[in-house]
Amino acid sequence: MAESIPAEATHAHDDHHHGEQSFWSKYVFSTDHKMIAMQYMFTGMAMAIIGGFMAYAFRMQLAFPGMDVPGFGIVSPANYNALVTNHGSIMIFWVAMPVLIAAFGNFLIPLMVGCDDMVFPKINRLSYQIFLLSVIVLLSSFFVTNGGFGGAWTSYPPLSAKGQYSLTPLGSSIWLVAVALEFIAFLLGGINFVTTAMNSRAPGMKVYDIPIVVWTIVVASILFMASVGPLFAGAVMLFMDQNIGTAFFDPDKGGDPILWQHLFWFFGHPEVYVVLLPAMGISAEIICTFARKKMFAYKTFLYTMWATGVLSFTVWAHHQFVAGIDPRMAHIFTVTTLLISIPIAEMCFIYIATLYGGSITLTTPMLWALAFVAEFLIGGVTGIFLGASGADIYFHDTYFVLAHFHYTFYPIAIIGTFAGFTYWFPKMFGKMMNETLGKIHFWGTIIPFNCIFIPLFILGAAGQHRRIYSYEHFPELAGPQFQDLRIFATSALLVMLAFQLVFFYNCFISWRKREKDAGDNPWRANTLEWSATSPPPHGNWPDGLPNCYRGPYEYAHPDREEDFHPQHVPS
Amino acid sequence: MRPIATTRMEAGIPTGRLAVWWVVASEIVIFGGLLVSYIMHRIAHPEWGGHAANTNVWIGATNTLVLLTSSLSAVLAHKAALGGDGKKAARFLYYTFGGAVTFVCIKAAEWTMEIRHGYTITANTFWSFYYTAAGLHALHVIAGGIIMLIVAQTAKRNLELHRVELIGIYWHFVDIVWIFLFPLLYIAK
Amino acid sequence: MIDRYIAALSTYASDIDDLILLIGVLVGFWFILCEVVFFYFIWRYRAKPGVRAQYVTGEDKAHKRWITWPHLLVLVCDVFIVVGAVRVWYDVKQHLPDAEETVRVIGQQWAWSFVHPGPDGKLDTDDDIKTVDELHVQVGKVYHFKLESRDVLHSFSVPVFRLKQDAIPGRVITGWFEATEIGEHDIQCAEICGIGHGVMGARIFIESAEQHASWVASQSPISLASANNP
Repeated sequence: MAESIPAEATHAHDDHHHGEQSFWSKYVFSTDHKMIAMQYMFTGMAMAIIGGFMAYAFRMQLAFPGMDVPGFGIVSPANYNALVTNHGSIMIFWVAMPVLIAAFGNFLIPLMVGCDDMVFPKINRLSYQIFLLSVIVLLSSFFVTNGGFGGAWTSYPPLSAKGQYSLTPLGSSIWLVAVALEFIAFLLGGINFVTTAMNSRAPGMKVYDIPIVVWTIVVASILFMASVGPLFAGAVMLFMDQNIGTAFFDPDKGGDPILWQHLFWFFGHPEVYVVLLPAMGISAEIICTFARKKMFAYKTFLYTMWATGVLSFTVWAHHQFVAGIDPRMAHIFTVTTLLISIPIAEMCFIYIATLYGGSITLTTPMLWALAFVAEFLIGGVTGIFLGASGADIYFHDTYFVLAHFHYTFYPIAIIGTFAGFTYWFPKMFGKMMNETLGKIHFWGTIIPFNCIFIPLFILGAAGQHRRIYSYEHFPELAGPQFQDLRIFATSALLVMLAFQLVFFYNCFISWRKREKDAGDNPWRANTLEWSATSPPPHGNWPDGLPNCYRGPYEYAHPDREEDFHPQHVPS
Repeated sequence: MRPIATTRMEAGIPTGRLAVWWVVASEIVIFGGLLVSYIMHRIAHPEWGGHAANTNVWIGATNTLVLLTSSLSAVLAHKAALGGDGKKAARFLYYTFGGAVTFVCIKAAEWTMEIRHGYTITANTFWSFYYTAAGLHALHVIAGGIIMLIVAQTAKRNLELHRVELIGIYWHFVDIVWIFLFPLLYIAK
Repeated sequence: MIDRYIAALSTYASDIDDLILLIGVLVGFWFILCEVVFFYFIWRYRAKPGVRAQYVTGEDKAHKRWITWPHLLVLVCDVFIVVGAVRVWYDVKQHLPDAEETVRVIGQQWAWSFVHPGPDGKLDTDDDIKTVDELHVQVGKVYHFKLESRDVLHSFSVPVFRLKQDAIPGRVITGWFEATEIGEHDIQCAEICGIGHGVMGARIFIESAEQHASWVASQSPISLASANNP
């Protein structure tokens, strides 16, 4: 099997036709971590377009109930449920995770620790193949009888367990299989992230010399692995309830629907930190580079990150306060949930402190990284309303929850991705992106983003409940003052989607540049990936792997003339 | 061509071993979730003791013995591999594989008997858990057995001997899961 | 804060609103503080020609204090919020005051049905009044509701009461409320229950004692019988 790529194939990303065999082994069956990263990145971005289209369709229905939505048609109640279910599932499992963990993890980890590939390249390739299979399985669920699953991404039984209730029996089971396959893909991927970061570090790279983004992706992988098991077991049980007549979750036959909720949220809560941590890591790298500053209290950040990870296993039932759990349990989970706000607040303070005394340039990646902090703060503080059991009685299952989690997930999955992509694009493709277009895209995304979700906080405060295809049937929510807010939010979404064209245009023209104008280290950063060529060839450093002589954030050291001191430079 | 990355050992643990422990850890959480669900149900349903009375503790005990013996031969295989004797290691791995086959055959006979008596997976939720837990475990026995054969084939030619230890770690894990299943499904009545 | 958008019409609704306000004030303080400092730093430390960034590790005590003190203060704020939340939760969900009247609330795909005690004042007797999608209660009375589901998970939600409780098939869950003002308001189903989830609204009629008594009288079979046989 041809897996070695000649060093001069740095024009591998051009459109030239190489012989058929080398195309397949270079692009499709590659074991090179950078190519696998690209596969995850583009698959994830394609799924984001699909998930975004779903949001467009159901928001149009909410703003103009009953309309024939251009590009979709009329959104029936069944369509609506399937759209919201799959929008949520896709954005979390098929966009946030593959892009933040698998794409950036695969690209960055070997480069940042200074080795030539992941430890198990073939397992790496297998993980992507299983992931791609999960994508195909999920997409196929939209074309079966009665269409895609419509029981929400949380898939609570008995609705999800019986076809007579959900009316999407086939779609439900196929969705479960797709999710299970995605879990397996990420369990396999985690093997590489953890072993490569632990074992394959450059000589001289001690534990505290590892860049934050590598740490965050590794810890995220560990959190994922430690939390997904019970849900995987639960998915097997639910699949059996759906298809062979077991009754794990069927109360008529001695089962318990609340068991599913516990299994789901025991995973579901750590999962949000699984996606949060890599986004924080990406922002940290960018902020240090463009503020020309050492990360403030790096070690404290690491301990806080671990504390958040551990605590995240103790908060899950705050999703179930009104679900019928023993009321006394609610007190425990309120305490743990409020406790977890402390390490997260500390991490936010550390980011702000890193800016202190800096020399800040607002490049496009820096704008995105700073926006991540500012917007995530809104998501974080609104979570407190939901973690306090007494307040959650009112807010549970309203649009307040929805706005809260979009103010966390959107910064994580969208802002974090754009931050990392615009920052590492020069390294990935050897060419600089257009700064003006980048800034236009930034503002054209951030301003509409806030215009979409602030109205939803208001609607939630007014009692608007979730997963409703039209509010015409609820006199207290049907008034024009509320409908105007819905229309405003939907219009903002349309504007935001339109501005994404600027991003794709920027990617295209930058990628198609004739000259590789990036150079090795356009941002004058310290971490090891910037010592390889842009893009790095197969094997990353053909002239010998680097050693590591210092920490990753030696910016503006007073004893040095240059305001940065790369890790691989001996003196 | 193995990347240089695979050969480094900054954390002091060989990467193959790290990888297997990762796999074992993720499996522990999967089985852990399933078994905790079972235990919670059991506590809430005392009448399950009556259903559990119909599992055959002697067959369960025999299978326990089979697995423990096969773990012993896995240990002996590792010892041989450490001494560089690939042929001996392969032979012990074949014995372990034999144990796996025996386990699966006994289980097949046991389940046939139980199904004939009407204790099917949908009979009640106790039996649903019984077949799911034991079935998931049996799948791991089969998968482990197949991998063991592959490792043995290479070990016979004195190649990749470190893999003998790795499949051994996995096999001990499969054994330990059974050590939990046995009392939960057979002894607690 | 919430009553700006929707009235608070049960005895505990204003407690919940007050808790939300408390959280809003505490959280709002930290939010504004963080954002102000954040944007200030971005402006203050913007790159200027010839000016170099400072080399700050953040590991020394003098600098670390700027992180440790704020996060201890966050802990103190959290304690206030936890105490407030526990008290409200206990009052609403854990400790039910004695019932002056009981109603049965049954959710199913896709309607709410309610069983009110009839003229005899007792539930589960022959003169019970069964309605679909309308719940009639008397203002100022402590009600227990017995919540059930016939099929999947639903959730009984009355926004003006700030009341919400999931309905689980196979279980009867008891909650309580006491209305403080007469009027007619929305009841929602707040847990996705299939394609009819969006039409599963109902209405609650909070009535004065006289209004409620005449409603009960007009509904009972006895009065209907006498209407047919004058």
